Amino acid sequence: MQIYLPIAEVSVNAILLLGLGGIVGLLSGMFGVGGGFLITPLLFFIGIPPAVAVATSANQIVASSFSGLLAHLKRKTVDLKMGLVLLVGGLIGAGLGVIVFNYLRALGQVDLLVRLCYVVFLGIVGALMFVEGLRAWQRARRAGGTPPAKRKYRGWVTALPLKMRFRTSGLYISVIPPVLVGFAVGLLAAIMGVGGGFIMVPAMIYILHMPTKVVIGTSLFQIIFVAAFTTLLHAITNHTVDMALALFLLVGGVIGAQFGTRIGLKMKAEQVRLLLALLVLVVCGKLALELLLRPSELYSIADPGGL
Amino acid sequence: MRRLLAGLAFLVLPLMAEAQPSVVEEDVVLGLSHSRVRITTNFDGSEILIFGAIRREAPMPESELDVIIAVAGPSNPVVVRKKARHWGIWINTESAEIRSAPSLYAVASSAPLSEILSEQTDTIYRITAPRAVWTLGSEKEFAEAVLRIRQNQGLYTLKESSVEVTEQTLFRTSVSMPANLTEGAYRTRVFLLRDQQVVSDFETVIDVHKVGLERYLFNLSREHSLAYGILALVIAIAAGWGASAAFRMLSRA
Repeated sequence: MQIYLPIAEVSVNAILLLGLGGIVGLLSGMFGVGGGFLITPLLFFIGIPPAVAVATSANQIVASSFSGLLAHLKRKTVDLKMGLVLLVGGLIGAGLGVIVFNYLRALGQVDLLVRLCYVVFLGIVGALMFVEGLRAWQRARRAGGTPPAKRKYRGWVTALPLKMRFRTSGLYISVIPPVLVGFAVGLLAAIMGVGGGFIMVPAMIYILHMPTKVVIGTSLFQIIFVAAFTTLLHAITNHTVDMALALFLLVGGVIGAQFGTRIGLKMKAEQVRLLLALLVLVVCGKLALELLLRPSELYSIADPGGL
Repeated sequence: MRRLLAGLAFLVLPLMAEAQPSVVEEDVVLGLSHSRVRITTNFDGSEILIFGAIRREAPMPESELDVIIAVAGPSNPVVVRKKARHWGIWINTESAEIRSAPSLYAVASSAPLSEILSEQTDTIYRITAPRAVWTLGSEKEFAEAVLRIRQNQGLYTLKESSVEVTEQTLFRTSVSMPANLTEGAYRTRVFLLRDQQVVSDFETVIDVHKVGLERYLFNLSREHSLAYGILALVIAIAAGWGASAAFRMLSRA
């Protein structure tokens, strides 16, 4: 069943779109990432113009994250207070990120910069998580299945003023680190055109030391607002949000997210981390290869819409 | 034989010119299977049958008649970037703006172009795809890149010997419009050629536009972009909530 997309102006298979949305939704629910870093390259691959792909995936992320969030809310695995604190930083960061993005676009190398950002951040985050996850997994195995001892050391995070109690996360820390984390993620998310979950999740685990179970729901909560903000911005400035494309992706996505959340809750925390790390590294490797290998076509026709 | 024909033409042509000084000798009467393409939600490309007849007010000339049909989509300036290797990675370095390049360019002819179309005629009438992409001399490699990329995307096509000519009077061909069609007026030109020279040409327009929901969404996104953005978000939230509610019901049952 072919469907013609009114904004992207291409005809694609509807089943393919539902499938793509479903897979990304599944991962989104499992790992608490919005899936933007996966769906955007996948949309390029099936022939959607880059500007439309970036803007529309933001819209799709809102839907799958919302579906996932509801499932997490029901299980009380969302730290709303922490989410709001992160969001304050996130929105400021996203706003600044959009300004930076437009400035870079005027300079002409934004495409390369976005790609480099992906490779660098996915590479660092993926490698760190992989090593950590592997260690935790081995420890858990040696200890006969019991979770690793909680780390008491919190370093500079505990030494700052403006402390606040985060019940759900079981933390009593300063609000400055979460605001800064939110800000950094929002900034990068706006530049890279994604929700930022793949940076947010490890930042919450390794910098804020939040429990993994709470991290995913809280990350989804924050992502919804950042992605919604990005969607509106793209719709108003570039007219590149394709509602028909988003609809098919999100129907697949929301269903996938529901399954993903259920699978994620059944898996051990170390397994979730390890799998997410592998996924991040695979995407990073693919993007890095594209930069390093000689492209078969040296020339490209610039997309008039944006990127 | 050729020389004999040329000799005959030499004898006959002045007579004909005298008899009908101002009338074009051969005229195209054109038909299209459809003169407008409606892009609906399930649009999946379209095949347009182009057919016609040649009206003559004078005896048929002796030389072979050839037909070339060119369909051109709306033209726009395009920016072309070239990648080069710097510090080990491939990045965009040079770029050039091509003045005007059609979004689609389909050429169909009744015989191989090298046999029926002279370089000079092509330059005057801008028939083949390379002539349709307008550039300055310095941007030649970039213009060639546009041709190559769009040929690979199936947007620029050349189908030689795909126009059927019957009795030197009737001709027909079909042009396939791909699924990734942009809106606009598609200029369709028909050339009649004899001895590598255009003896007559005819031009019409195929109108391509979105209809129904496609039209509505497109207009909304341009004219009321804030409302469109909010609507997109509302749909996203509703779908997210709907799926969640549906699954809750399923798991309870």
